[in-house]
Amino acid sequence: MNILQTIPLNHYIMLSALLFSIGAMGVLLRRNAIILLMCVELMLNAVNLLFAAFSVHHADGGGQVMVIFIMTVAAAEVAVGLAIIVMMFRKAGTTDINLFDTLKW
Amino acid sequence: MNTLITVSLLGIAAMLSEVFRFKKFIQTVFIAAVTGATGLAVLDWGTSYSYFRFMVLFDDYALAFSILFLVLTLIWLLLSQEYFCNENTRADYFALISFSLAGAIILSSFSDLSMFFIGIEILSVSAYVLAGSNRSDIRSAEAALKYFLPGAFSTGFLLFGMALIYGATGSFNLSNISLWIIANHSNLPVMVNAGVVFLITGLLFKIAAMPFHNWAPDVYDGSPTPVTAYMSTIIKAASFAAFYRLFVSCFSIMADWWTPLLVIAAAITMIGGNITAVYQNNLKRMLAYSSIAHSGYLLLAVAAINQLSKPAMLFYLAAYSVASLGMFTLVNRMGNEQQLDKLKGFAHDNPFYAALITLLTLSMAGIPPLAGFFGKYYVFLSSIRSDLIWPVIVAVIASLIGVYYYFRIVYNMYSKPAASAHVVSLSGFDKSAILITALLTLLLGIAPALIADII
Repeated sequence: MNILQTIPLNHYIMLSALLFSIGAMGVLLRRNAIILLMCVELMLNAVNLLFAAFSVHHADGGGQVMVIFIMTVAAAEVAVGLAIIVMMFRKAGTTDINLFDTLKW
Repeated sequence: MNTLITVSLLGIAAMLSEVFRFKKFIQTVFIAAVTGATGLAVLDWGTSYSYFRFMVLFDDYALAFSILFLVLTLIWLLLSQEYFCNENTRADYFALISFSLAGAIILSSFSDLSMFFIGIEILSVSAYVLAGSNRSDIRSAEAALKYFLPGAFSTGFLLFGMALIYGATGSFNLSNISLWIIANHSNLPVMVNAGVVFLITGLLFKIAAMPFHNWAPDVYDGSPTPVTAYMSTIIKAASFAAFYRLFVSCFSIMADWWTPLLVIAAAITMIGGNITAVYQNNLKRMLAYSSIAHSGYLLLAVAAINQLSKPAMLFYLAAYSVASLGMFTLVNRMGNEQQLDKLKGFAHDNPFYAALITLLTLSMAGIPPLAGFFGKYYVFLSSIRSDLIWPVIVAVIASLIGVYYYFRIVYNMYSKPAASAHVVSLSGFDKSAILITALLTLLLGIAPALIADII
């Protein structure tokens, strides 16, 4: 705990902003639905890190409770997301989102 | 609060109905519970109680929107009768609808950022499943995927914005955040400004405003029509209720910073949505773009953020949603081919209902003295009070473009049918849905104070 607190808050913000950007760029650039899902998870975990860091910084438990909320909801979201991807894979035989074009963009 | 508890318990009851074999009665239970929840919200009127350690606050704003969602759901049930026909899936669908309603009620009543997040997720996750609920149709699966990915992506943005605001203010509670921002108004840290931009980005995704609207037409087109009707009315209303509640209670003091962003988004949404709608030949897609365009007008009400914008938004959402439900009744009856041409001859076979649908179309276009006109009137009035003159001029031009494509629907209904064409016919439930929505549209047009003066 003490070691963690010696790292300045700015470094945590930088790190999670970086992780968040990697996730966001992944969603925008990658074309495989499962990798998109992983990138979304990366974004959410960057946010979790930020919440935890701020929670320690403010000495307020709320941020950590929020992390638990986010993890729970993200688990539910991934369950639904994977089910949708499996359904789509059964119909289209691929997880490449560029090939999903029955509805015109 | 009682409303929220009733609706949540209803969702659980709907899931249990599968186990305890009362699936047959689940629709009756659903109607009774939703009516009861509406009654409970009406009984709470005028009170303002906080629950869960100030995480939700049921004030008049929350109650008014809860009543709006529940009443819309009851009307929506009329047009979605066939959606619930299948014995195997109806309990699931009712459960999902109840849960998303619970999410919508939380979104109208949160007073804490964590509740805001939970509400938006309950609402969206149920909606992802509903969008993909037609398992035999690849279009429905694709719509679910195209709804899910942008939805999850935008959740990331919302959360990042929340994290930055929490980092600056040290609290999740809306009134604490507001107090902190007022205290530090002269030198706000960049984190707050950045957080607001992230929140706006996430919310613009959720309400399908341009430039983040790309997913909406496909999702609205591919989902089963009753689900599209649900998404473009209740879910849209809930997202706007949350948008306004968040910004009016936290960030109204720093409105100078984010109003321009919203105004620009509103302007391009109104113009872009209406112009794209002109080029659609598919009625369902046209309504999807029209729904995007209506988001633009509503964004203007959020951007105006003054005394008038709250009733303006409630009235606009009520008027738009009611008319929209009537229009989707017609789309639902057109089956899988929703080309505008298929409406030809409709007026010849159903002159009365064609007249009612014309009425709904005119209301959506904003022709006086119907509800849609007063919705636009209130929104424009509140924007002008906040000195947003040029956006209102843009909005008027956009509505004029809108009149053109709304009249295409009317024109097609009153044209002669092609020789071998199959003319759309309505069931008894459809007729009552169209009748009720048309009557409500007339009523709100004649007496707009019924809704506009209550909050």
